[in-house]
Amino acid sequence: MADKEKIVVKNLYKIFGHHPARAFPLLKKGKTKEEIHAELGLTIGVQDANFSIPEGEIFVIMGLSGSGKSTLVRMFNRLIQPTRGQVLVDGRDIVSMGKAELIKLLRSDMSMVFQSFALMPHMTVLQNAAFGLETAGMPKKERELRALDALEQVGLKPYADSMPRELSGGMQQRVGLARGLAVDPSILLMDEAFSALDPLIRTEMQDELLRLQSEHQRTVVFISHDLDEAMRIGDRIAIMESGRIVQIGTPDEILQDPADEYVKAFFRGVDPTNVLSAGDIARKTQVTAIRHKGEGPRAVLERLNREDRPYAYVLDQKKVYQGIVSVDSLKSVIKDGGEPRFADAFLPGADPVDAAAPLQDLIPLLTAAPWPLPVVDEAGRYLGAISKNIFLKALYRADMPEETTGENPPEANG
Amino acid sequence: MAGFWDFEDPLIPMEDWIETTVDWLVANYRSEFQLIKWPVQKVMWGMEALFKGVHPAVMIGLLTLAAWKLVGWRMALFTAATLFLVGLLGMWEHTMVTLAMVVSAVAFCAAVGIPLGILASQSDRFEAGLRPLLDAMQTTPAFVYLVPVVMLFSIGTVAGVIATIIFAMPPIIRLTNLGIRQVPQELVEASRAFGATRSQRLRRVQIPLAMPTIMAGLNQTIMLSLSMVVIAALIGAGGLGVPVFEGLNSLQVGLAGVGGLSIVLIAMVLDRLTQALGTPKAK
Ligand SMILES: Nc1ncnc2c1ncn2[C@@H]1O[C@H](COP(=O)(O)OP(=O)(O)OP(=O)(O)O)[C@@H](O)[C@H]1O
Ligand SMILES: [Mg+2]
Repeated sequence: MADKEKIVVKNLYKIFGHHPARAFPLLKKGKTKEEIHAELGLTIGVQDANFSIPEGEIFVIMGLSGSGKSTLVRMFNRLIQPTRGQVLVDGRDIVSMGKAELIKLLRSDMSMVFQSFALMPHMTVLQNAAFGLETAGMPKKERELRALDALEQVGLKPYADSMPRELSGGMQQRVGLARGLAVDPSILLMDEAFSALDPLIRTEMQDELLRLQSEHQRTVVFISHDLDEAMRIGDRIAIMESGRIVQIGTPDEILQDPADEYVKAFFRGVDPTNVLSAGDIARKTQVTAIRHKGEGPRAVLERLNREDRPYAYVLDQKKVYQGIVSVDSLKSVIKDGGEPRFADAFLPGADPVDAAAPLQDLIPLLTAAPWPLPVVDEAGRYLGAISKNIFLKALYRADMPEETTGENPPEANG
Repeated sequence: MAGFWDFEDPLIPMEDWIETTVDWLVANYRSEFQLIKWPVQKVMWGMEALFKGVHPAVMIGLLTLAAWKLVGWRMALFTAATLFLVGLLGMWEHTMVTLAMVVSAVAFCAAVGIPLGILASQSDRFEAGLRPLLDAMQTTPAFVYLVPVVMLFSIGTVAGVIATIIFAMPPIIRLTNLGIRQVPQELVEASRAFGATRSQRLRRVQIPLAMPTIMAGLNQTIMLSLSMVVIAALIGAGGLGVPVFEGLNSLQVGLAGVGGLSIVLIAMVLDRLTQALGTPKAK
């Protein structure tokens, strides 16, 4: 990954309302968004954003509803005109750019994927995918070839002549993605692009994005409400609150060292003397295999494949935890020949955590382990497992009530 | 002597003002108004020649074909039967004049109204300025138009078409504006995000998506034209208003009835045909 800064944001502000400049003196005095709204009727969309995004990074922006995520990203392509500040793309300032130059940039180098898909209902899938090329004035033959290519990248080539309404939500968003990819931009803006999809399809789309990213590194600015999604795809995450960016870092950095109460509320709960322990939040959502004659490694592999799950937790007949096997590890012991044994397929380092362990202790383990952490009682019996998502959600629920009254939970859509 | 609160004598001489204004317009700008009249006259005469010149059997065939293509065979049958009946009632020529007037008036309404509607959709200020004018055009009773129109454009079929244009224009302007403004914000945003200029946005996204609403406006404009064209018989315009008007004057209830029936039948055909324009047949 190159170190070159692709997008640099400097002192960027958006204030909604008449004569927005009136808000600056109050902002200087440290007045809050609410106070300024009460006093002047102006809404602070984004205040004093400063950061940069290196080329090829997936940069995730998170924050509660109304925190300014969409406003920030829409200033990158000037769907929203910034009130003050700069957005430098490859060193050129978008904010002061002339209309013609901006249009040229939007047609060739920066595109956007929308939460609501925003496909043109009167155009075919192919015409939709070719939309950006059409505005750029590319001849029909050529743009259709390129749009077909983009559709192929998202697996929708056979649907080129369908109308968007004939497709499922997930497929429609693939068209949205293809439309974005067809212009072959170096920057892709995605405003809650997968939020409207159901969880399975959402994961699939995340994988799709990661795959596309591995083929062609673009700079992706991705807004998300979903902690799991952000952790999964983000190289770095920015957390926004009331128009300000309160922290930027890798998922691990933010998990381990949240900048303030607000970020804690997002990532690990606000109360460090948390009374919850690992046993309280472990869930039996993982596949378990009891070690007895009936179900050997082959059967478990088949079950994992059938249920499309990556790991199985192996227990003995007394439910005592033995280890974790994965699809790959099972495959390799089966391939080795002879009678396959679970013991040979156990993943190294899959140590269980004690039910009494405080949640803070889990953070380093959770960030290190690719699998959900197995939790056992004093007798070593399996109680369940803790995934990143379960962990974050559980903590969040336990700690939110007094600390952030009146706000919506982070994973609720606004 | 009448007291103030009897409100008998006009204290505001509005009547005089209007009269003075119109007189002044007539005295000073009659030639300009004749200039407006010229294109209307050309189109109207052309249409009249066309509708009257085509053999009735051919005309029925063409309209039936259009109905079949646009709506379906039931509508085609209905159209054929209706036109045939109008012919049997002896109203063919009047009907053709009426159709020529409606087509001419609607052509001008669309040619002026759709661009105005598009402009209004692009500028809140223009829309705000246009709105009271449209309200006035629509709420003023049809008869009230006739006097100034006669003074400025004299009497006859062309003057009737001009009165019709003014009366029937508002819906197409309003609904064009509305249709474009109703296009979902996210689609407008998407087209901007992909570098569409304003005119690309209008041509490729907003106008196509506003089409059903614009067609609903066209339908209303057509129906209003038809009603006004009949009233225009009062100022000497030809068409189906003539038998109604004559029947009224000489208390020939039969004549007025036949004219009225023909108007209703034509209205039904036009209404259904143009409604079909707004809701294209599912593919
Ligand atoms: N066009 C506008 N006019 C006035 N205020 C606006 C406008 N757009 C956004 N705002 C305000 O700016 C603030 C930030 O809104 P924004 O849409 O960026 O939030 P968000 O973080 O994207 O929220 P969500 O998660 O709900 O999409 C909010 O207080 C919102 O009410
Ligand atoms: Mg948003």
